[in-house]
Amino acid sequence: MTTRKIFRSAIWLLFSLIGIAALYFWLQVEFIAAVQIIVYVGGIVVLIIFSIFLTQQSGNEMPKQPLKRTITSALAVLFGFGLTFLQIWKYNFQPSTKNFDWSVSKIGSQMLGTKAAGYALPFEVVSMLLLAAMIGCIVIAMKAPGSATSGKAKEEKLETIKEASEIEITINEITGT
Amino acid sequence: MSDVPISHILFVSTALFFIGMYGLFTRRNMITMLMAIELILNSVNINFVVFNKYLYPENLDGIFFTIFIITIAAAEAAVAIAIIINLYRSHRSIDVENAGEMKW
Repeated sequence: MTTRKIFRSAIWLLFSLIGIAALYFWLQVEFIAAVQIIVYVGGIVVLIIFSIFLTQQSGNEMPKQPLKRTITSALAVLFGFGLTFLQIWKYNFQPSTKNFDWSVSKIGSQMLGTKAAGYALPFEVVSMLLLAAMIGCIVIAMKAPGSATSGKAKEEKLETIKEASEIEITINEITGT
Repeated sequence: MSDVPISHILFVSTALFFIGMYGLFTRRNMITMLMAIELILNSVNINFVVFNKYLYPENLDGIFFTIFIITIAAAEAAVAIAIIINLYRSHRSIDVENAGEMKW
């Protein structure tokens, strides 16, 4: 976050996302770790790097931030962190002794269940949201006819959208089985 | 394996959250701000999974919230990058200070 080369910060983001996936593996929720690697590392970081290449020269440094803003936000962030962690430390969580059993079949049957703890309605709402995002991307990508670059740009956008929908299909397949 | 206290993992996620906040405060580049938002969402995901595993292991709600957040973050990143690229094509800049005319 503090580097001024945007491409480097994208690569650091990639490594921190992989680290978070490793944390999930260590917590023994391998399914979330797999989804994290597929969606974030495989999808979002690739999209971000792609858009960095499209929008600017990667070697260029970003303009320097005003010192006042840096100091103010660093102070705010440090105090916020201190306060939050103090609260966490003081609260003294008592971990439950029960066994945490999850399995992909359990997740799938509960996600599509319509019973008391079923998540069928949010699942459908998320599907509608993804459809809306897809249509929104297409609408944004469509330019006024006659401009020279619109066709190529649209193809790029369609690729982006295709990737996002592939991610969703993967999630659905994984959770549906 | 689970003898690590919960507050240590919460330390990681809190640190990640506030690093993301710092990036969101200081940076004025749209792609960098998007990356900061991804960091914040990831820290929230870690919190959900950890609370689910340590405090309420008989339910699976945290895992569901994590899955939904990941899905929505993917959609959000796709839409945001589409907007950013379009803005770059019309303004030759992805700085938020230069995008003020989107308000009208």
